[in-house]
Amino acid sequence: MGAAFDEMFGHGGYPERVDPQAVRPAYAQVAAWLAASSQELLETRRRQAELFFRRIGITFAVYGDPDADERLIPFDIIPRIISAEEWAVVEEGLKQRVAALNAFCADVYGAREILRAGVLPEDLVFANPQFCLHQLGFRPAGGVWVHIAGIDLVRTGPGEFLVLEDNARTPSGVSYMLENREVMLRLVPELITGETDEGGVRPVETYPEQLYATLRSVAPPGCRGEPTVALLTPGLHNSAYYEHSFLADKMGVELVEGSDLFVHDDVLYMRTTAGPARVDVLYRRVDDAFLDPLVFRPDSLLGIPGLVRACHAGNLTLANAIGTGIADDKAIYSYMPEIVRFYTGRDPILPNVPTWRCREPEALAEVLDRLPELVVKEVDGSGGYGMLVGPHATAAEVEAFRAKLRADPAKFIAQPTLALSTCPTLTDAGIAPRHVDLRPFILTGAHGVTVIPGGLTRVAMREGSLVVNSSQGGGTKDTWVLGPGTDARASS
Amino acid sequence: MAGGADGHGAAVRLLIDHRTVYRYEGPASAIVQVLRLTPRPGDSQAILRWRVDVEADGAIKPFTDAHGNLAHMFYADAPLAELAIHVEGEVLTTDRAGIVGAGEELVPLGVYLRSTPLTTPDAALAAFARTIQHESPLSQAHMLMESIHRRMAFDPDVTHPATDAATAFRLGRGVCQDLSQVMVTAARLLGIPARYVSGHYAAPDHPEQEAAHAWAELHLPGLGWVAFDPTHGICAGEGHVRVAVGLDSLDAAPVRGTRRGGGAERLSVQVHGRAAPAAPPADGAEPDLFAGQEQQEQRQ
Repeated sequence: MGAAFDEMFGHGGYPERVDPQAVRPAYAQVAAWLAASSQELLETRRRQAELFFRRIGITFAVYGDPDADERLIPFDIIPRIISAEEWAVVEEGLKQRVAALNAFCADVYGAREILRAGVLPEDLVFANPQFCLHQLGFRPAGGVWVHIAGIDLVRTGPGEFLVLEDNARTPSGVSYMLENREVMLRLVPELITGETDEGGVRPVETYPEQLYATLRSVAPPGCRGEPTVALLTPGLHNSAYYEHSFLADKMGVELVEGSDLFVHDDVLYMRTTAGPARVDVLYRRVDDAFLDPLVFRPDSLLGIPGLVRACHAGNLTLANAIGTGIADDKAIYSYMPEIVRFYTGRDPILPNVPTWRCREPEALAEVLDRLPELVVKEVDGSGGYGMLVGPHATAAEVEAFRAKLRADPAKFIAQPTLALSTCPTLTDAGIAPRHVDLRPFILTGAHGVTVIPGGLTRVAMREGSLVVNSSQGGGTKDTWVLGPGTDARASS
Repeated sequence: MAGGADGHGAAVRLLIDHRTVYRYEGPASAIVQVLRLTPRPGDSQAILRWRVDVEADGAIKPFTDAHGNLAHMFYADAPLAELAIHVEGEVLTTDRAGIVGAGEELVPLGVYLRSTPLTTPDAALAAFARTIQHESPLSQAHMLMESIHRRMAFDPDVTHPATDAATAFRLGRGVCQDLSQVMVTAARLLGIPARYVSGHYAAPDHPEQEAAHAWAELHLPGLGWVAFDPTHGICAGEGHVRVAVGLDSLDAAPVRGTRRGGGAERLSVQVHGRAAPAAPPADGAEPDLFAGQEQQEQRQ
């Protein structure tokens, strides 16, 4: 693998000292700040940031870690910056991608034109556990299936953003995007407060308002008057509980658990001190399988009996809709370029990462042959669990994975190990390159699509590591999308 | 036999009278149930009369489920110590050699090749399925049914409603639910789309038999869905009333419910399945051929 593209230095390599004249234009101002700050000062800033986070109480529980409840995700104070020109392309690409995800859901649960056209094999959909037969023929309010999407992007060159993964079920991480910005505003307000039409950093703080407006726009047909919105969490022990309470608080809606809700006469109610209150739109952060014990897992204690009926009877909108997992399934992912073309009639603006489908014998043979250089993922895995990063694995790990692959090839996809872009990151040894990805958030309501200018930049804190997942020791950065006028400012 | 020379028999009138009573140790609250108790008319069955009574106060909302079954939601208004559900009806059935006939199919056929937690084969069940080979899928289906009928003994005491196909197959015994789920699981392994059927069975010559019953439907080239009853080793005929289909017994369950509290549950089923002459008696009175036997802890 050659040297990765760097967000600040391009292909120029890391200098001894940051020279503000020798960085990519979007980074000019931050480079000047870094050049003027000693390592001690930056360390102080980092400690201040950590203090802010501790005060806010933002943590992320990691499954299998006994001290999970108290862990803080590492935060790096050097922002990741995207110019207005770069973002314009990314934004268009994201809108196109999410439009295709929504169209795909509507189609596979409706007319199934894409299957009749032979764009992808039927059994990949029908035999897929994510394909929810209870949603066949269902038409959600406003025609929207994926209200909240998080699309994971990686970058391999100046204009090369690729989609690594779609998240169309219950994507998380947006609270970090918001908190990271809040902390940066306290740490380095002078770098952020410029006018956005003069190349300043575009705000992300309006996300909760936009989310609330999106949810209200998809009130079900049975809703009378102003819709009541609530946020359903699996509870305190869920890894993203903090985010659930944070978003409910920011939107000013009730944070509820399954036991706070009940369905009567095909209508969803929440228990309140003033008696049962009708709920029209439920932003649920609970997986499909646990939503309704009368339809899905009968042993689910988190679910609400009758919830699916309330939706189908037109009395409730779930965001995201049930069954969207068919669209972001990793086995379906490899067909996304064709899916985008089928529904939008245009080539994808954001390409996929090349992907081998191990269910296909020729692909499997090639993957087994090149295993030590590839990344292999489970089609229904998430969070970086159960994956192999060939170049970073021991020979024994590679062989163990080879056996798993041979035993059940259809469970896996493989991708080349990409040279993910790096971003300058504060380490104990000074400013050093660390690999990053980006999860922008896209809202789709009855009235259109909104791409939040920014997102969550995840950074692999270990030198050379390509795994950015917070569950695997990844950290985060604030993500700055600059307003138009970036270049003017950079050259001034 | 499907496609057999003895083809279609004369119409038979079946009377179904089925009362299920749930008794809880204490009052159970928040009772919500999905009832799949209403048969659709079809080529092999004309529904002359059908009535479902939930003997408790609550809201009942009809709907059609994913598989096209006529279903109802029941939401109890208040906590209950006992809940009785009474199904009573009259169906004119015809022996069509198990051929279900064309109906509106909502679910793409490929879905019926999917395994569920209750129909996931283990190595033994998979190995068994692979021994059933025949160039004709119809013959293969018959071989499969007959083989399960021979290998698995009817035994109401060894399995429970949550027993999966692989476990029942390992035990080599079970009730109609178990045998049907084994058949569905094995058929899917052989690449034959298969689904579970819940319904009623009233054999003209064994009228005292349990009325609630289950069997399997396999989708065969040229024939469509064909119903096989591995418990009796026959294709569904004039004794079968088809009520609901699904991927497994949970999916097609006549009653699937949840509740809060109430402690242990005791289920009793009173059954009055019977065959009646095709023409009603002249005076209109129904001869009560057999009194309903109360069978504690009875299984469907």
